[in-house]
Amino acid sequence: MLKEMNDFLVFENISKQFGSNKVVNQVSFSISKGEVFSLIGPSGCGKTTLLRICAGLEEPDTGRLILNGVDITALPPNQRKVNTVFQNYALFPHMTVIENIAFGPKIAKWDKKKIVSEVDFFLDLIQLQEHKNKYPSQLSGGQRQRVAIARALINRPLILLLDEPLAALDLKLRQRMLVELDNIHDKIGTTFLFVTHDQGEAMSISDKIAVMNKGNIEQIGTPIEIYEAPKTSFVAAFIGDTNFFEGTVCELINNEISRIHLDGFPEITVYNDKSLRSGTKVYLSVRPEKINITRAYPAQDKPLTNILKGKVEDVIYLGSQTKFWIRVADYRLAINKQHTSFLLDEQPIKWQDDVWISWNPEHGYLLDTYAETDENLLTLPSE
Amino acid sequence: MKGMHNKKNLGEWLVTIPPLGWLFIFFMIPTIIAITIAFRPSSPYGDIEAGWTLENFIMLFSPTYITIIWRTIWISFISTIICLFFALPTGYYMARLSQKWRQIILLLIIVPFWTNFLIRIFAWKIILNPEGILQYILISLGIISKNTMMLYRTETVILVTVYTYLPFAILPIFAAAEKFNFKLLEAAQDLGASRWESFSRIFLPNISKGLKVATFMVMIPCLGSYIIPDLVGGTNSEMIGNLIATQAFIARNIPMAAAWATVLMAMILFPMGLVISTKLLSRKMAE
Ligand SMILES: Nc1ncnc2c1ncn2[C@@H]1O[C@H](COP(=O)(O)OP(=O)(O)O)[C@@H](O)[C@H]1O
Ligand SMILES: [Mg+2]
Repeated sequence: MLKEMNDFLVFENISKQFGSNKVVNQVSFSISKGEVFSLIGPSGCGKTTLLRICAGLEEPDTGRLILNGVDITALPPNQRKVNTVFQNYALFPHMTVIENIAFGPKIAKWDKKKIVSEVDFFLDLIQLQEHKNKYPSQLSGGQRQRVAIARALINRPLILLLDEPLAALDLKLRQRMLVELDNIHDKIGTTFLFVTHDQGEAMSISDKIAVMNKGNIEQIGTPIEIYEAPKTSFVAAFIGDTNFFEGTVCELINNEISRIHLDGFPEITVYNDKSLRSGTKVYLSVRPEKINITRAYPAQDKPLTNILKGKVEDVIYLGSQTKFWIRVADYRLAINKQHTSFLLDEQPIKWQDDVWISWNPEHGYLLDTYAETDENLLTLPSE
Repeated sequence: MKGMHNKKNLGEWLVTIPPLGWLFIFFMIPTIIAITIAFRPSSPYGDIEAGWTLENFIMLFSPTYITIIWRTIWISFISTIICLFFALPTGYYMARLSQKWRQIILLLIIVPFWTNFLIRIFAWKIILNPEGILQYILISLGIISKNTMMLYRTETVILVTVYTYLPFAILPIFAAAEKFNFKLLEAAQDLGASRWESFSRIFLPNISKGLKVATFMVMIPCLGSYIIPDLVGGTNSEMIGNLIATQAFIARNIPMAAAWATVLMAMILFPMGLVISTKLLSRKMAE
């Protein structure tokens, strides 16, 4: 029973290519019942294609799709208990809000009374009662999006697919709609498969995230796992900013902590739970907010803390926090300092100041794989 | 501001007046003249007499003429239906083609217009000729017998009419389909609609303007057909157009021909008026 719940929707070895363009590459993962599962990755990585395969609008070249224990790979879209909120909503322009929402139930030949009451329920849910007789062209972007959600949800799908539902909205509206989407999920409880290229959206709404890159899934995990323990440099760089280090293990201090030798950088200590041997080449990611920055030599709260001297090369003050770029030997490190004290009382760190930076060994996370190109994903100012 | 507005209006008038004037002089006035002649008595020598009469219209209601009016209507109706039947899928699939193929198909549809209309109809006479190749093939396939006459039948009139006016149905439907967002069909299927349901409930309503234009583009010239029934039709496929010609050139009864022309015009204006007024009415209802 428990197993069934965890494998509510299973993608099994799904591949798809258009001509010679391999868009989805042997993808396997499963989604649990009731969760919000996000598929995130850069534009063109195959997210929409995977979603269309799930909806039945695209046929996979290989693999199977199992929903609630039933193989649905061969089912046409109109026979799947799956509904989609399309990227540009695809509302029917010749139908009013009510008619759009009632489309699915009418096709399914529901009882008239039931259609009326259900449409009414969803109009309440999306708070569009007073616009129910308008045409899509008379609605704002946010209203259209809500109609698209209601039109899909009224069919009570086992899975709701959402393809970048917020991408067409401006920033303020996007944040409001995200909260609303979360509320709708709490009320209806349908399993959501949410596609986005925006990591912020995915982090805030998801129970699980799958990070996709060039047709492959690089990592699946909770938002915290993905952020704190990225397996690849792609994931580390795509989900937030980070600092990459390349080095070799040179000393095993104890079971958990190793010392790493780097070219053009002082030796540092890291948490080594992968029991890598001496001499192993390793790649390390340290998140900018995990690094402390102080004028005075920092108090050492743990014995093996990395403490290094650096020079401020760039400062961007953002109100709640400041972004620093610090030169240490051959490296340029990004550091975010969250302001918890009243800044006017302090003497802030400025450009060209000499500073101390420090981080605990466990804040450096060893990556499984690393690709130099992934550093391009980081938003660092040019040197 | 007001001055500017007036100036703009003046400019608009200046460009609108010449074509309006042209239409008035060369279209409205002759039409009005034709309608007035329809109410004049005729002399046996082909002259238009003075005075007013309804005689010409009363004559229209003789049984032979009623048959011809009725035949004109149903030939036009069936030809239009057949044209739409072929034009719909053609327009639909053309709109889904790549830009390159669209251009090629469009060209293929337009190419026949480079040949004179009369010549194309004579070509049909050759194709359907009893001594012709088609007859020969169909006889050897056992589909028709030696005595079957493919020319000079009402079916032939419908066939050639459909051939002639099909492009006029395809083009407006294609133009409307080209603007259609085909993602909507996927959305409909995602919501449970079958292919047919998404076609009829989403595609058709969204190209309804193109459908209407196509209907009129075929229906109107069909109702006024003259050359096609004259050349490929038999004595049993005479249409109003042929009657007008007979009255004008053979019977030399110009008032009678004018009466027929007036009736034909009413037959065309009536359905158009109906469509336009229902549209206005539904718009008023919506408000
Ligand atoms: N129907 C199609 N025919 C050919 N190529 C396609 C088709 N659909 C998508 N692609 C290609 O597949 C790749 C992935 O597209 P898509 O799944 O839309 O990516 P995403 O949604 O992640 O931006 C792109 O390179 C796109 O050009
Ligand atoms: Mg996409």
